[in-house]
Amino acid sequence: MSSQLERNFAEMTGRMTKNEAIEEANRCLYCYDAPCITACPTSIQVPNFIKKIASGNMKGSAMTIMDANPIGASCARVCPTEILCEGACVLNSSTKPIKIGQLQRYATDWAMETGVELFKKGEPNGKRIAIVGSGPAGLSAARELSRFGYSVTIFEAEAKAGGLNTYGIVSFRLPNEVADWEVAQVAKLGVEIKTNTRVGVDISAEEILTQYDSVILAVGMGSVPNLGIEGEELEGVHDAIEFVKRTKMGVLTEDLIGKRVAVIGAGNTAIDGATCAVRLGAEQVDILYRRTEKEMTAYQYEYEFAKQDGVGFKWLTAPKRIIGDEAGKVVGLECVKMKLGEAGADGRQRPEAIEKSEFVIEVDAVIKAIGQTRFVPLIEAFGLQHTNGVVDIDETTMQTSNDKVFACGDVVFGNGQGEAMVVTAAQQGKDAANVIHERFRKPSEIA
Amino acid sequence: MADLRIDLAGIKSPNPFWLASAPPTNSGYQVQRAFEAGWGGAVWKTLGEPILNVSSRFAAVSFNGQRVAGFNNIELITDRPLEVNLNEILETKKRFPNHAIIASLMVEPQQEKWHEIVKKVEAVGVDGLELNFGCPHGMAERGMGSASGQVPELVEKQTYWVKEVARTPVIVKLTPNITDITMTAEAAVRGGADAVSMINTINSLAGVDLDTWNTVPHVGGKGAHGGYCGPAVKPIALNMVAECARNPLVNVPISGIGGISNWRDAAEFLLMGATGVQVCTAAMHHGFSIVEDMIDGLNNYLDGKGIASVMDLVGQSVPRYSNWGDLDLNYNIVAQINNDVCINCNKCHIACEDTSHQCIDLYTESGRPMLKVREQDCVGCNLCAIVCPVDGAISMVERKSTIPPMTWNERQSLISNFIR
Repeated sequence: MSSQLERNFAEMTGRMTKNEAIEEANRCLYCYDAPCITACPTSIQVPNFIKKIASGNMKGSAMTIMDANPIGASCARVCPTEILCEGACVLNSSTKPIKIGQLQRYATDWAMETGVELFKKGEPNGKRIAIVGSGPAGLSAARELSRFGYSVTIFEAEAKAGGLNTYGIVSFRLPNEVADWEVAQVAKLGVEIKTNTRVGVDISAEEILTQYDSVILAVGMGSVPNLGIEGEELEGVHDAIEFVKRTKMGVLTEDLIGKRVAVIGAGNTAIDGATCAVRLGAEQVDILYRRTEKEMTAYQYEYEFAKQDGVGFKWLTAPKRIIGDEAGKVVGLECVKMKLGEAGADGRQRPEAIEKSEFVIEVDAVIKAIGQTRFVPLIEAFGLQHTNGVVDIDETTMQTSNDKVFACGDVVFGNGQGEAMVVTAAQQGKDAANVIHERFRKPSEIA
Repeated sequence: MADLRIDLAGIKSPNPFWLASAPPTNSGYQVQRAFEAGWGGAVWKTLGEPILNVSSRFAAVSFNGQRVAGFNNIELITDRPLEVNLNEILETKKRFPNHAIIASLMVEPQQEKWHEIVKKVEAVGVDGLELNFGCPHGMAERGMGSASGQVPELVEKQTYWVKEVARTPVIVKLTPNITDITMTAEAAVRGGADAVSMINTINSLAGVDLDTWNTVPHVGGKGAHGGYCGPAVKPIALNMVAECARNPLVNVPISGIGGISNWRDAAEFLLMGATGVQVCTAAMHHGFSIVEDMIDGLNNYLDGKGIASVMDLVGQSVPRYSNWGDLDLNYNIVAQINNDVCINCNKCHIACEDTSHQCIDLYTESGRPMLKVREQDCVGCNLCAIVCPVDGAISMVERKSTIPPMTWNERQSLISNFIR
């Protein structure tokens, strides 16, 4: 059975054959001032990398991608391409868009398999940079800074580097080898990655601030907050982030086989939790959301994907109480029907409970996916201004309230600031690296 | 990072990619944009007595939906005053001193006309001259271009006149509209050419409009033959380059032209004896930026092969190009079909059955359609592998011959010895 579970978590999308890739690459018009480049947050020179696939310059193709995006192999798999590059492809109005994501994967797979060296570290310039967090933003910043010649140290609390890509994106979309390869690419440039090192525990923020010339905070977000209802301590109640993380670490247990699972929340993490539960063998998986289909924050293709996986959706439904048996195991979930009322301060209609509409569904597990907590103590340890745990930055320079500290990735996402995409985090990492380099370079070059 | 610099008969450029004398090199603005994009050199659009052009000049041939498989034009040499071009060459050379600027020239076949123009263009600092003996349309009707390029004596004489005064290397650009290009190449060398370039365009008519019955293109209902270029002409050009490269009487560097669209094409021309290449159609189809992959791809190819300099590639395949009579009659290859990869389109079978040697059998094995080559009947023609749409489904494999190698020429000489 466990080999069946492993198969369930294997990458879903097959890779292009050489024939397919060449045909598709030759279909690209090689537009001038191409909209796909503009649509890519990291501005990958898309027509160039595609032309290089067509001409057989595979190393050049992989370099074009990875130069613009240090996690280009992951993004080839996880980017919402239909709203980015492929959505912008001019062929949308005549035939069908170029499969840019698939071609990007074809080129980066080549690089992964051949093990070819793509980049070299720069001449050491004597400056030391600390990066807290090794997710998309942190890795991206580290890669750029290392190429500029900085001595870079990454502090990572987890056992493995890669952050979201290593622990948070479901394996059937992004296999571990891909995230591992991208981490290895950065490590090969001489970046020191201190894993199992939690800032605030193993080293203080103060020490980092004094020991390094500049600091980049790229810690992302934390665990899922409590629902604030009865029964959250019961066995069978999971945090979606932790739930997905376990599958990423290869822990594919059989305890959900044939079981009924309720997922609370309707963002992309909820979809991840639900689809992982389906792949772990759950018989019935339902997503409960207190608003409606219209308000859900998951991408459209994620929603479609969940539906294809057989995930059910219960709209206007909120959990009220998790019910356990004598052994402390989840057996049910009491829910209440909701309706949308007046618009709140954020402009969204507020869900309101309908009186006496309570009902109980039988479930064996509850997965909480109602957002993520913020690393407020850590942010405050660095003395940074923040708004509800979202670090305040100048969005053009990624600089925080401390001019020595920059922040990027999910730690700056929220309250209308930033974007939640992996590819945006990669670009923010590059931006932070560029600004740091600009600052350190200027005085010496002017003089 | 391999060294991509070339030295073609003393003309140096940072890489082997030059723009050919054509619409892309019409002005200083264009050539400077090209150099900014990375082109190593440019052969300025042919200078001469400015001409009048017609409107409706280009046409292209699509092949099964692929645009610009071939390209046809009836545009003539520069239609701008010589002084304007000379000023722009001067200015461009000043901005890009390390890039090669070659002036393409075409005047009437008179000694003093050649002397005059050579002196004028050399005065503005060009790195070399290219004599346009190849343009097949319009100018030929006035006794220039291919009209003089088709007559070896005229090629030799005009080259000689140019060499009388030229201080920079002289490249003679040859027309393919001739039975044996080595005849005119040899004539150019006899005239003192420092290099030859080939091919100019091939006489062509792109098509006929089936609704109007007009030619494509037509100028107010009338057409005239144009010059054909683009990917479709590459094999013709490659052969002509190779024939010149292996001809001991054409002992000068060759600048390869004809359908070069990417670094692979360029590498093939270099292997076949060209010291550098000239490109036009690919740039006209996609813009100057295509040179980025040409440079990057060639560099990665050389690095991958451990070759330090692109000049080390030049001519490596020339000794492998020979006459039919020198090919081993006993060399034997046969087709092999991998049924695990085969998608059963049966194109190989029907190609062989209808048009080649009837040696691919269709059969079924446990209900599954299969294909097999009867090796004893296979002549190794390659047709099946050519029509096969799937990589790796058909491979041509060598079957060691039991008899020693023997060429046609060896066989004939043995027979004649025997008769004697």
